[in-house]
Formats: sequence, structure tokens, C-alpha cells
Amino acid sequence: MSALGVEGWPTPATERPVVLEARGLSVDYAGHEGAVRAVHDVDLVLRRGEVLGLAGESGSGKSTLAYAMTRLLRAPGLISGGQVTFHDGRPPEEGGVGSVSLLDAEPDQLRRLRWSEIAIVFQSALHALNPVISIEAQLTDVLAAHHRGATRSERAERAADLLALVGINRDRLRSYPHELSGGMRQRVMIAMALALDPQVVIMDEPTTALDVVTQREILDEITSLRDRLDFSVLFITHDLSLLIELADSIAVMYGGRIVEQGAAKEIYDSPRHPYTVGLVSSFPSMHGARRRLSGIPGSPPDLRNPPPGCAFHPRCPFSDEQCRSQQPALVPVPRLGPETGPGRLAACWHQQEAGVTDELAGVKGGPRR
Amino acid sequence: MRYLLRRLGFYVITAWAALTINFFLPRLMPGSPVQAALDKLHGTVSPGVVKALAAQFGINTKASMLSQYGHFWSQMAHGDLGISTSQYPTRVTTIIGHALPWTIALVGVASIISFALGTLLGILIAWRRGSRLEALLPVTTFLSAVPYFWLGLIFVSVFGVTLHWLPISGGYSSDLHVGFSWGFARSALSHGAMPAVTIVLASVAGWMVGMRNMMVTTLGEDYVMVAQAKGLSTRRVAFTYAARNAILPNLAGFALQLGFVVAGSLLTEIVFSYPGIGLSLLQAVQENDYPLMQGVFLVITVVVLLANFVADLLYVALDPRTRQEA
Repeated sequence: MSALGVEGWPTPATERPVVLEARGLSVDYAGHEGAVRAVHDVDLVLRRGEVLGLAGESGSGKSTLAYAMTRLLRAPGLISGGQVTFHDGRPPEEGGVGSVSLLDAEPDQLRRLRWSEIAIVFQSALHALNPVISIEAQLTDVLAAHHRGATRSERAERAADLLALVGINRDRLRSYPHELSGGMRQRVMIAMALALDPQVVIMDEPTTALDVVTQREILDEITSLRDRLDFSVLFITHDLSLLIELADSIAVMYGGRIVEQGAAKEIYDSPRHPYTVGLVSSFPSMHGARRRLSGIPGSPPDLRNPPPGCAFHPRCPFSDEQCRSQQPALVPVPRLGPETGPGRLAACWHQQEAGVTDELAGVKGGPRR
Repeated sequence: MRYLLRRLGFYVITAWAALTINFFLPRLMPGSPVQAALDKLHGTVSPGVVKALAAQFGINTKASMLSQYGHFWSQMAHGDLGISTSQYPTRVTTIIGHALPWTIALVGVASIISFALGTLLGILIAWRRGSRLEALLPVTTFLSAVPYFWLGLIFVSVFGVTLHWLPISGGYSSDLHVGFSWGFARSALSHGAMPAVTIVLASVAGWMVGMRNMMVTTLGEDYVMVAQAKGLSTRRVAFTYAARNAILPNLAGFALQLGFVVAGSLLTEIVFSYPGIGLSLLQAVQENDYPLMQGVFLVITVVVLLANFVADLLYVALDPRTRQEA
């Protein structure tokens, strides 16, 4: 599960080199009544070979953040501040481009980096595949766009290899998207994402549209491919339970901000932000002890009219005067025990108390395997 | 394949129904139009001649409706549409045969130009939203909203009568013979220019607005974003991914439009006195020439059905989803 395979305790990811980072990134959506800020001053660091999970409810800004980082955001979305840097892991002699500021990159440079280094798997493969051209054409056009030297038959061969990589027979090359099952389409999307051997793959809810069994197959496929090909993954989902299994580290978003961040296991075992506590206690554990499930009362904040102070305070059992008036910063969590690794951050005035809610949520203590 | 056969069967049935109506309509009308035409001849020609003519036009026969119907179909099978009453004794097929090429060349070419131009502009306008190209939208929409005959008359008065740039009527100079010569080609082109331009101006907005709207919708699709994320060239994203999908409804509309090339040319041919099928129809109506009218209607019916079939073929060729067996 972890990149270096130490069961249960991921090697502190903080020592691996950074491949994609966002600094102070803010995104606005222009509207009739002024701009709505969908992403607030977000710092996010994806390290080499890491699976970083980005969790949050619908409207929390997680997909917007991912599209802003790849500059695929569409009008009326607008990046209003911040930096996104891609750090090429390959040495210059192998075509590495060093560090590139994606928000400043020229269209041509951006086009070269796209897919060859940063590929994306979308939620609905049915909508992400062009319905009127064949699977082969959609796999080979990206090869043609980036490797001008290859011949047509070499590209076709590579397309067949890519399908084989995700367990699809090559005779499917001639199929059209509507002729494939949902799981197959998502496999094709994954194969397409890996076509140019990218360093980063962004996965935007890749399994949400699939049934549980297919979801499991696709997740196993992603895990095994990642272990073999060693790309970094930014995995976006509303399903925290899935990230606990899959991700090395997790960032939890709420109301356009990252409210808690840390190693997957720490997030699960000792959530510090009351929102994360709520998320963790709203799904059953696959392996751990039985515990009481509880949802989070209330609904996500209205971004046009966000609550003052901490965006979560109207739904939070710990909120007080300070929460209603001041926005808590994302700060390192005080070490509570040996399980609190570095890079552990939370944005809550009551981090200590939220930790105490371990008892409330019934997840106190260490791992229970 | 089965889909196409099913469609083909549908068209055969439709054609049969249309021709049958074409057969019954004049026979159900009170009084016979041909009889009316013959009545005018009374006194000028001998009763024997009238009787012979009546036989020729197929009226006043004692034959049963069923045997007339059978006779009608055998005529159809031989491509015999009867004899024109206004241009007696010219056969209807001859008149249509002379008029049809002019209409098809003029309106067909103009329609194709209009569709290609409108679609291309629609793609560009949608792709570069907010650019100056958008000014084309109100301008062309205005031109299509203006009554066509008025637009045509303004052209005639400005470019024909005042500036003497182009001839104002006809399909070619009357001092030339129809044939393959440079002089004739030049003459036909200069006579066709004004009608063609007015047709394009009046119809380009429809294709442009339709294509732009579909394109804007398609640009919002995930697969277009994927194409951009794949780092494909702008041209491939815009055409193979966005326009390739957006054009499907427009293409179907165009194939249907081709069916109305024959009928839709009426106003153009009247304004510019163009020797096409529309003008023939006008003359037929003015002179109560029912056999000719029937013939023209028949041609229009057949062409519309053919165009529908072409639209189906196009759709099957362009959209793999329609190839799925239901």
C-alpha cells in the first residue's frame, strides 16, 4: 500500500523529491454577484512515487484544484493567485525540462508537458472518450502528438501494448467507446493516461461511476500499475475509506481549503479536524473493530456566502466565538504520540479537543488490525 | 446494415404513398382540369380531335379506377409523366429534364457553399468566443431575416441595373447555345453569380448559428477537455474532437436541405427569371397545367426521399453509435 511497502507505517514521504507542487493557489468562479472563491490559498505537494489522496464533499473544490493545477480550468473559473510548479525528475540529457512554472508556461511548452508528464483519468470514461472515433485513434493520436518520429504501425503496436497493460484484448482497438463496458472504458482511460509514461497521473474520481466489484478491480489495477511504473498519483475522491487503503498521504478539503493533511494511516487513526473526524466515522471500517457510524449534520457551505471564521463552524460540535470570527491556519499538529509524523497539518482552533473526539468517534488508540 | 434496410423499406412505402396520392388527387377533384383545358378547344377543333386528346391525357375513360391505377404505375415504371397541357405536346419529362439541371447546379452549389461556409464560421466563432468574428452573427442573421425576394431585388437593382456588373435575369445569354464552350460557361457563371450569392447570404446564418451552438455545447464535453489535456494540436482538438461531434445534427439538416433544393428554389428563380424547376412550377400553376405540376411534385417527392436516405447513410457513416444493432 505504501510506496516503499512497509506494512502499516509509510516511510515519511517528506524525504522524497517533489514532482508537482501548488503554492498559495486560489481559484475564483466569476458570477453575476461577484466572484466566488472555490479554492483558497492552497498549498499542495505531490512527491515522487507517492499516492496523494484529495478528499472532500462535492463542491469542496477538490476537482477545481486539480484542474487549476493542470491549467485545464474553464471559464468562468479563473486562477486568481498562486504558483504551480512541475519538477521534472528526469535529468536534462534524457529530455528533462527541470522546474517549470505551469501557470506561466507558454501554450507550446504546456502542450508538450501535458500527458507526457501529467496525465488525467476522468470520472466518467463514457464522457471522457470521444464517441465517434475508435479506441485506437484515441490512443494513437496522443502518441502522434508527442512522438513525431514513430511510424503509424509503431503507434498501433504501442496502442495494443497499452491495452494489454490493462488487460484488454487488442481486438478491442477497433471498438468504439459505446461498445465497451463501463469497467473496460475506464481501463482504456487508464491505458491512455499511461501512454507516454507520465510522472504524474491525476485521477478525478476514477471509480465513482462504477459498481463496487468493478471499482475494486480498477483500484487493484491502478495499484499494481503504480508499483510497476512508479508514477505519482493525485487521487481525488469523496470516499475517504478508499483513500485510507490506497493513498500514502491524504489532504482533506472543506469549503475550498485544505483543513487537514497527513499520512493516510494517521488521518484514519487520529483525525485532528472535526470534519475529518466526521468523515472517518461516516463509513464502516473494512478491517478494524466495529464502531458506531455517524454522519456529519448540516450541509456544505454556500461558497457565494461563506460563513465567517472557520467554514466548518456551523456544523461543528466544538465551535466557539473564535471559530465564528477567525479563520484557523493550516499548522503542524503538535506531536501527540509516536504516530504523529512530520507533514501532519490541521486547520482547527480546537485541534487538541478534536483529537479527544477520538473517543467520541470510537477510533481512539493505535491501529486495530 | 439491418438499420439501413429498415430505413430503405420505410422510404419505399413512403414513395408508394406519395405517388398514390399523386394519382388520386386530380381524379378526386370536382371536374377534370384536363377536361377544362379541352373545353376551351371546343369549337376550334373537331370533336374527333377532342376525343383523341382526351384519350391521350387519360380522361373520360370507361376503365375502372383499379385498371387506371395499374396503368399509372406502368407509366411510372416507364418514366412517363404524361403531356403538358400548357406546352402541348411537349412531354412533362422533357420540360423537367430541361429545367432540373439548372436548378440543381445553381441551388445545389449555393447550398453546399452556404453549408460549408456557415459550418466553418460556426466552428471558428465557437472556438474563439468573444472574438470579433462574433459580429458575423447579427449581420448574417439580419440577412436571413430579410424577406428573400426583397434581398434578391436589391441585388438586381444595385449590381444589375445600376452598376451593370452582372446580368439581371436568365440562366445564360439568349444569343448562345447550350453546350460545353468557354463562352457558355462564362455566361452561365455570370448569370448564376447573383442568385447564388443571395442564396448563400440568406441561408448561411442558419448553418452558422446551428454549428456555433452545437459546438459550444460540445466544447463543454469531457472528451474535449481530455483532448486538451492530451496535449493534442489545437486543430485536432477543435476538429476531430469538438467539431466532429458537433456537426452531426447540422449534417443531417443539410442532407434534408438538399431535398428542398428542387422546391426551395422557387423564389430565387422567380426573382432572377432563372430557367429552373421553380420557374416551371410557377408557369404550371399560372396556366393550370396539372400534368406538369404533378410531375414537378413527383420529382420533389423523390428528391426529398432520396435526400432523407442520404442523411441516414451519412449518419451511419459518421456516428458509430447508429451502427449498433437495436
